[in-house]
Amino acid sequence: MANGEGGAGPGPTIWPIGFAVGIVCILVGLIVSTAAVAAGVLIAAVFGFLWARESTREYRGTAVPAAPEPEEAPEPSMLPAGPPRPANEGEAALPVMDDAEVERYPRSVFLEVSTLGLGALIGGLVTLPVLGFVVLPSFEDQEYDDVNLGPIDNFPEGKWIITTFFRDPAAGEVSHRVAYIRNNGNLSFTIISNRCAHLGCPVQPNGLVAENQRKSIRVLQDKQRAAVSLTPASPSGFGCPCHGGQYDTEGNRTAGPPVRALDRYEYSIVSRNLVLNKPYSVAHVTGTGADAKIKAYPLTGPGQHVDGVESWLYPIQPPGR
Amino acid sequence: MPPLPDRNRKPSKAMQLVMYPLDWLEERSGLIGGVKYFLFRKVPGDVGWFHTLGSATLTAFIVQAVTGVVLAMYYKPDPATAYQSIQFITNDLTLGWLVRGMHRWGASVFIILLFFHAARVFLFGAYKYPRELNWIIGVILLILGMLEGFTGYLLPWDQTAYWATVVGINLNGTAPFVGEFLSQFLRTGAEINGETLTRFYALHMLLIPGGLIALITLHLYLVVRLGVTSPPWSDHAAGRERPEPEPEPNGRTGLVQPAPRGGYKR
Repeated sequence: MANGEGGAGPGPTIWPIGFAVGIVCILVGLIVSTAAVAAGVLIAAVFGFLWARESTREYRGTAVPAAPEPEEAPEPSMLPAGPPRPANEGEAALPVMDDAEVERYPRSVFLEVSTLGLGALIGGLVTLPVLGFVVLPSFEDQEYDDVNLGPIDNFPEGKWIITTFFRDPAAGEVSHRVAYIRNNGNLSFTIISNRCAHLGCPVQPNGLVAENQRKSIRVLQDKQRAAVSLTPASPSGFGCPCHGGQYDTEGNRTAGPPVRALDRYEYSIVSRNLVLNKPYSVAHVTGTGADAKIKAYPLTGPGQHVDGVESWLYPIQPPGR
Repeated sequence: MPPLPDRNRKPSKAMQLVMYPLDWLEERSGLIGGVKYFLFRKVPGDVGWFHTLGSATLTAFIVQAVTGVVLAMYYKPDPATAYQSIQFITNDLTLGWLVRGMHRWGASVFIILLFFHAARVFLFGAYKYPRELNWIIGVILLILGMLEGFTGYLLPWDQTAYWATVVGINLNGTAPFVGEFLSQFLRTGAEINGETLTRFYALHMLLIPGGLIALITLHLYLVVRLGVTSPPWSDHAAGRERPEPEPEPNGRTGLVQPAPRGGYKR
């Protein structure tokens, strides 16, 4: 084309694309609806006609709007001077093209861009759903279900009860959790999570645990029977075996690495049964028992400050809790 | 002077039998030449045992890969059966105790050798131009190796495994801004659950080893391309003469290029 050989072909047209769209419409319509078939036939016919007209224009003697011809004759430097040389001698046998010359082959640029673009499109179509599949389930439906802990008569007033339960009975042992529960009287309960506020190890009661008075009950939870065990204890505080964090009986940190007080559970009493609701994080507790003033925050991971300057490091918590 | 071997002498029948398939392969792939190019490289004359730490680390990795593949034939990454399958491998299967032990202790050997190899490269100054990129790849390999340790530790699914992973994930969670997102991604949720185990299993045996193998390949490519450094006490630079005279030490003697009293011996 560039050196005028074989005449100028027709420039690129959009008719074949329209024709292809029509064919696709017909094929989809065969499955989906007859109206789409009709529309597809119409589109294919119109664009097919225009395409045929365009490509036969030369033979019908009409003027052909060709791709832009080179306005100047090729520069002499481009043409090989003198007798032909063997390809492996002298300069490169292919003519050296400057940038302006390359510009005259927009089809190669088009092919390059469309190959890269199509590759990126296909790559994205494959990657994005996979990436979503990897990441999104971690952040969806993380709500805490309510947990039935059985009749409140099992929690004598003023006594600590180590309560083990299943957060999700269907998941089995991996959802086994422990809470330290004290009945403060007057339907007030102190319910402390055993998840250490340092790095999440299970804190233990510092003091006697009456293992021989352990009571195992079955409760109805999520429409299935779940085991709850109740063990009386008389702790003077709580301590973590992993890195030595210490807490008092209200869950306030007294020593060691924890950054805040122990988490607590919201609770409700449904037909004289104690029901655990969502857990929440606590910065500090003043007062004790029913009179405790709790600085509460949304549930936060262990080791993260919920108040003070350090909490600025953790401005956003993941969604779905 | 002994007579030179006659290159045109016809090789013996047995030799032909050995060489025929090799020649066939070489003619069609060039693989034999490639292997020769990889194995029979020129190295500085005064390299020693310290320079074997890299291949020792590679060997440890291969041991982990092979034993890991075999263990995966018996291990069940399910919260209900993972612990029992490990007990079954250790106590009931023939030589299971050995293969699991190789994988369990080999993991520590791999990490220790990684550190020794990195220390050798650091103390010999072998990370310097033009080998900086290989140092960077090595650091990523070290991180991936430790991730292998972290993800593999959960798989026995016993109390140690569980609580070590709780602590490890929560440690990640204390990273500013993104920490809790990272730990929730690792756990597949707000709390450790059955998917945490399968996720760690997939990371441990598919994703991270894939990255390790790819980066080890790149690491070796750069070793072959750039050559091996001489030790810092070497008096030949990277195995050959410098084209220009040695630079003056200028009163500064570093670890890598100490100027012996009385100048360089040549």
